[in-house]
Amino acid sequence: MDAASRLDPGKPIHSLKESGRARSHDAANQAYGRLSMRALVWHGTEDIRCDEVTDPEIEDPRDVIVKVTSCAICGSDLHLYHNLIPAILPGDIMGHEMMGEVVEVGSGVNGALRKGDRIVVPFTIICGECDQCKRKNFSVCERTNRNKNIADKAFGHTTAGLFGYTHLTGGYPGGQAEYVRVPFADATHIKVPVGLSDERVLFLGDILPTGWQAAVQCEIEPSDTVAIWGCGPVGQMAIRSAILLGAKQVVGIDCLPERLSMAGAGGAITINFLEESVVERLNELTGGNGPDKCVDAIGMESHVSFRQPDTVYDRAKQMMLMESDRPHVLREMIYVCRPAGVISIAGVYSGLVDKIPMGQAMNKGLTFRMGQTHVNRWTDDLMRRIEEGQIDPSFVITHTAGLEQGPEMYKIFRDKQDSCVKVVLKP
Amino acid sequence: MNMLSKFGNLSRRPSDPKVVKSGPKALAPSDMVARKLGWFSIALGMVELIASERIARALGIPGKEGVIRAYGARELSSGILSLSADRQSGLWSRVAGDGLDIGTLLWAFRHDNPKRDNVGLALVLVAGVTLIDLLTAQKVSARHARGRRQPQDFSNRSGFPRGLEAVRGLARKDMSSPASQN
Repeated sequence: MDAASRLDPGKPIHSLKESGRARSHDAANQAYGRLSMRALVWHGTEDIRCDEVTDPEIEDPRDVIVKVTSCAICGSDLHLYHNLIPAILPGDIMGHEMMGEVVEVGSGVNGALRKGDRIVVPFTIICGECDQCKRKNFSVCERTNRNKNIADKAFGHTTAGLFGYTHLTGGYPGGQAEYVRVPFADATHIKVPVGLSDERVLFLGDILPTGWQAAVQCEIEPSDTVAIWGCGPVGQMAIRSAILLGAKQVVGIDCLPERLSMAGAGGAITINFLEESVVERLNELTGGNGPDKCVDAIGMESHVSFRQPDTVYDRAKQMMLMESDRPHVLREMIYVCRPAGVISIAGVYSGLVDKIPMGQAMNKGLTFRMGQTHVNRWTDDLMRRIEEGQIDPSFVITHTAGLEQGPEMYKIFRDKQDSCVKVVLKP
Repeated sequence: MNMLSKFGNLSRRPSDPKVVKSGPKALAPSDMVARKLGWFSIALGMVELIASERIARALGIPGKEGVIRAYGARELSSGILSLSADRQSGLWSRVAGDGLDIGTLLWAFRHDNPKRDNVGLALVLVAGVTLIDLLTAQKVSARHARGRRQPQDFSNRSGFPRGLEAVRGLARKDMSSPASQN
């Protein structure tokens, strides 16, 4: 089934625009003989544009095409925005948090999805059949990375294909677009029950299970203090997850007042690292023991501040391509974590980090847990919690805009302007 | 569609979307000027590092090659910073560097300097670049600043429709997803 088959042969082409699917055709038809749509496209460092691109098409029988009704800008999109993730190419469509309505179904989907179904698309593409998928280690699915040969060389062994990310993870076009092709769609989807708004379920595709996995990996006990570095969208979800999982104390660490106020609302004690020492305050809160569990919801782009001289050192090295990531949070977590504690890493790291105090980590007997999120491992449980009203992830949305405002929204989100925490785009 | 986009299209599958018509550039004019200044800084820094003796001779300040090389290293770091996401710092470091350059050139603008005319020309050029640096630094800083608006208070956004205390620890009792299959 191709894009043209979505046209009703009895109707003239312009009727699509009249029916609300505002799409232009002339330029695309001339260039590729295909319909076109709008999408946010990466053109270079900090240069994301709302382009006209050709429609996605069914490529494999297991594919579906989804008309995107809501998508979001993720913190890890900013790593691409800053051109810090290798192997992204000009012309790549951004976005890995999206949901919408199934409008085309490949012949091999075998009834798992039908036209008109509403689905959230998990950012990790999964086959559901390989050994890792059977173990529910979905983010390291062995089959869905279509650039497996490159990934095998870069990572040692391939990981799953990801939407709107790097060509090392398949280079699949992302979902900040009017339409997106979902490969392996019979497994790669989360069906949305009737009656739940986009805003309540959209984040099941990434940030909610990411925060949840970060907390679950900590194996939280009722007596635990869980410290979470970063009160961005993933940090906010990790805070709520740690509360649901029954931590005695949850601590949120950031420097932005609006994010700290949101963290406080979710039940966290807050630390503004520009105003007080993180290490001293955490020790004070834990009777000198240090937090039992530490969550890194920052990743490779730690805030640079002269109060934390290692961040300046990392930034200088990163700019000179001598180090790809800025691991200040990792160093601080290793230092302050209680011996025999757990370090759980949800933030994205892309490559090489420098000056990691492995001696401290080894001698303190710390356990490290990390990885891209095994989204579908958690989503049935989390969907139930949303339906039951245990959690409503829409609390994190601060900005909603049209796709054409996407480039400006990237800037606002990156510059933390207008108290921006999470942007949702409506194609 | 530029050349890089065309190259990117070559790496895609036939059924993947391809750029047909590009939207407006996301970078503001001030950001693009900042990039050009960054590359200019790197080029100038390289010249100062490589050709310090010729520059010293042209300005009539023999024996100051080490200073010129140090300024070259400074230009390089300012250039790299101006090309990064922290370009405001890079541009303001360029402005500070311009001040240092002007001070050094004023010192060399002595009556006993046989190359006084060259120094005068260099002063005019540096003054012009300083003006561009200053204006660009101001515009870029204003564009990317968090702004003067009071940060919003989100302390009413708990995300727990049933209330925080009603759900605290609930997942310990009713968790159904597997913790790990590793």
